[in-house]
Amino acid sequence: MAKLHVSTTINGEPTEFLCEPYETMLDVLRDGLGLTGSKEGCGSGDCGACSITLDNRLVCSCLMLAAEAEGHEINTIEGMAKGENLQPLQQKFLEMAALQCGICTPGMLVAAKSLLEHNPNPTETEVRYWLAGNLCRCTGYDKIVRAVMDTAEEMRGAAQ
Amino acid sequence: MSVETDIVGAVHTKVRHDSARGHVTGQAQYIDDMPLLPGTLEVVLVTSPHPHAAIVSIDVAAARAADGVRDVISANGIPGDNNIGPVFDGEPALAEGVVDYVGAPVVAIAADSYDQARAAAALVKIDYEVRPAVLDIEQALEQELYTYPPQFMTIGDPDAAITKAQHRIDGEVRCGGQDHFYLESHIAMAVPGEFGDLQVYCSTQHPSEVQHGVAHVLGVPTNEVTVEVRRMGGAFGGKESQPSIFAAIAALLADRTGQPVKLRLRRDDDMVITGKRHDFLFRYDVGFDPDGRIEGVDILMGMRSGNVADLSPGVLARALCHADNCYYLPNARLRGYPCKTNTVSNTAFRGFGGPQGMLVIETVIEHIARTLGRAVDEIRAVNYYSTDDRNVTPYQQRVTDNIILPIVDRLRSEIDFDGLSSAIDEFNGANQTLKKGIALMPVKFGISFNTPKLNQAGALVHVYTDGSVHLNHGGTEMGQGLFTKVAQVVASVFQIDLDNIKISSTRTDKVPNTSATAASAGSDLNGMAAFNATNTIKARMVEVAANHFSASVDSIEFRQNRVYAGNESLSFTELAQLTWDERVSLSATGFYSTPGLSWDAKSMIGNPFYYYTYGAAVSEVVIDTLTGESRVLRTDILQDCGNSLNPAIDLGQIEGAFVQGQGWLTSEELVWDDAGRLLTHGPSTYKIPGSRDVPPIFNVHILEDAPNREATIFHSKAVGEPPLMLALSVWLAIRDAVSRVTGHRHLPNLDAPATPEAILMAVDDIKRRDSQTPSPAKV
Repeated sequence: MAKLHVSTTINGEPTEFLCEPYETMLDVLRDGLGLTGSKEGCGSGDCGACSITLDNRLVCSCLMLAAEAEGHEINTIEGMAKGENLQPLQQKFLEMAALQCGICTPGMLVAAKSLLEHNPNPTETEVRYWLAGNLCRCTGYDKIVRAVMDTAEEMRGAAQ
Repeated sequence: MSVETDIVGAVHTKVRHDSARGHVTGQAQYIDDMPLLPGTLEVVLVTSPHPHAAIVSIDVAAARAADGVRDVISANGIPGDNNIGPVFDGEPALAEGVVDYVGAPVVAIAADSYDQARAAAALVKIDYEVRPAVLDIEQALEQELYTYPPQFMTIGDPDAAITKAQHRIDGEVRCGGQDHFYLESHIAMAVPGEFGDLQVYCSTQHPSEVQHGVAHVLGVPTNEVTVEVRRMGGAFGGKESQPSIFAAIAALLADRTGQPVKLRLRRDDDMVITGKRHDFLFRYDVGFDPDGRIEGVDILMGMRSGNVADLSPGVLARALCHADNCYYLPNARLRGYPCKTNTVSNTAFRGFGGPQGMLVIETVIEHIARTLGRAVDEIRAVNYYSTDDRNVTPYQQRVTDNIILPIVDRLRSEIDFDGLSSAIDEFNGANQTLKKGIALMPVKFGISFNTPKLNQAGALVHVYTDGSVHLNHGGTEMGQGLFTKVAQVVASVFQIDLDNIKISSTRTDKVPNTSATAASAGSDLNGMAAFNATNTIKARMVEVAANHFSASVDSIEFRQNRVYAGNESLSFTELAQLTWDERVSLSATGFYSTPGLSWDAKSMIGNPFYYYTYGAAVSEVVIDTLTGESRVLRTDILQDCGNSLNPAIDLGQIEGAFVQGQGWLTSEELVWDDAGRLLTHGPSTYKIPGSRDVPPIFNVHILEDAPNREATIFHSKAVGEPPLMLALSVWLAIRDAVSRVTGHRHLPNLDAPATPEAILMAVDDIKRRDSQTPSPAKV
């Protein structure tokens, strides 16, 4: 079967790639486009390490076919910082030591950013529920939840 | 340290993880992120579907002919010794003649792509002659099937003490295993070099052992194999002995094909093929006095070793060495049985037997309390090790640094334990369905590898003429922040800012013959080795500076990125250049071996631990008596870290370890079917804690002003494993909640993990037992 030609936008850049019909978005990001920030933790959509957004909707890229990116807008961890300037969540995760081995961190950040875009003023429970699809084996989550809450508060302050 | 000598990133400061920026931007490179070299092959393993069978024949013809396939191997393709056993010989990388667990690798296929290798794997035909399998601990105990001889530890006269005691109890309890669930599954990539050399990138805590395993399997000298790892995506003990299997197979295929070979396990394969935390069956017989003071114990520990010994001897020794936890056992017989079963060989996992050993003695303490109708903490209080007497462990090491009592007292009073407990009584009185419970867990954890010879480490430090420093040591980075801590040590010795120090990947050709980064001892050992290397260079630089300033060696002082002799000074960079000009070496190795250790593995007597790390936790939980669900409502922790090298990193270790322990004791249930197949082999069926499961109130504190009495690196203490055992407070609190259902009159029948099903059954059981016994109030 011939490869599919896909035109999409990744982190704001118009991007074209060829893929097999059965290839996942995660495989194309990692192996085809060299965007290895998204990780494969389980390959079954349960761990969230491969989280990206598709037209601002949070998805597991391991559960999405690459061909489905056609005409849509993809955002990954690589697009989160603007040059040397970290996005506030990235800065806060770094300052609050809300990371250890780092494999879950990109997906966690993509998910957290998506939460704050949907809900700039989440309760702690809302943060915990939103991030429930992102597994972390190292930190115990407490610092991650605090970092998201603190960032939300600061971003609300900055927006006023 | 005074302000003027301050540098950025000294020891005892909250420095961020060295890779933190790479982690948050996705730029930190793990092995699977490395750009593939042209011609890199990918590997799929064909594994055993049977728990026990003879291999009659293997037909790989069709697989070999499949699209993209470059090589297919089984055990008979191994040119060297098919043995990667870390302790004993005879543990194969690829099954030979017989398979003895479901998931045992039999055939490896290398193809141009992973999908091609997977397709070819389906074409391999293996004929098996199925043999009877032993799947559980009881069966193995009955048939006396062990992976190596049982281990016994005895002190005093336990039989006489138990018989003479006024009170006697016996019981049985068990705990399940635990999958490591490192988010980065196993991976190895072997790259052939010239003249048969091999470079192996491997996600491993033990590069030296992987190097040995690869060399054995290939039948080449160790110096032809270099193993390298910059970082792992979590390990937790799961990447200590296990990676050798995958590195050896990748290396063998790379050697045969002359092409780079990558072997990455997909999650489900990883969970089926690799070992886990040992599950245990405990039986105890205990004598105690009317105050609850233990006079004698006899404890049987049946551990599921699995198909081979692997690291079981060390795990069982540590379980036996921690069955005292914080309590003085004057007369004890502790019997450890490494049960041989046709299931995957269990292996190292954070705590390494310690958590299991503590679980049984905490059950005993609780059993005594329920028997006497007393509070659990009252029973603890009369059994804690003293400082001057009653301080000899069952393995005859004297506990001389005991601080458990002040820790427990402080934690209990700070959180008003008794007040919380009364509030729980009130809540439980007002609620039919929901019942709360609370429990404390004290921990004393021995630091050092139980086997003295493993307690050694090496480091390599270079200073370049621009004053920048290159740091290497035998420790590995798995997220725990070891690299950051060791760099802080070097910065503090040289008194230069931390950003002058370049951290580098762990490589067997830089620092050889290392021990695993394990036993919580990573920063103790490697920090001290780096300290020694740095001081060697510093001493040479001091001489050069003394000559330069015509000053005495004693007057030379390194502070704030400069080197002083009285009022005169040079920058560190200038002195580095000057040292080179004077033709003095700016490179040194450092070595460290922990002093004062001894251990006789036969008699199980000695001083295996350099010191102990202490801590305590209190957890409050609520259970639903109609569904069995449980939640942790609150946890408070006070943890001893000595003079912490990095309080930010240590806090992360404490929180993470606790939650990992909570998972082991509550939601993480490994289920095998009658055919020996693991049914819980992915996150959809195996539940590690998520962001909603951890305590919403989580107060974690490091004990202050508590330097290690021993001369450890800047008087810090090891912290990687000890807090995992604090999670027993959750399990004990759930048991407390169950016990409160019938007014603390009975000991719950509740093993670990305390899943909703287990809690529901325990509640029904305790109610049934209570209805069959006359209430004390009516008597």
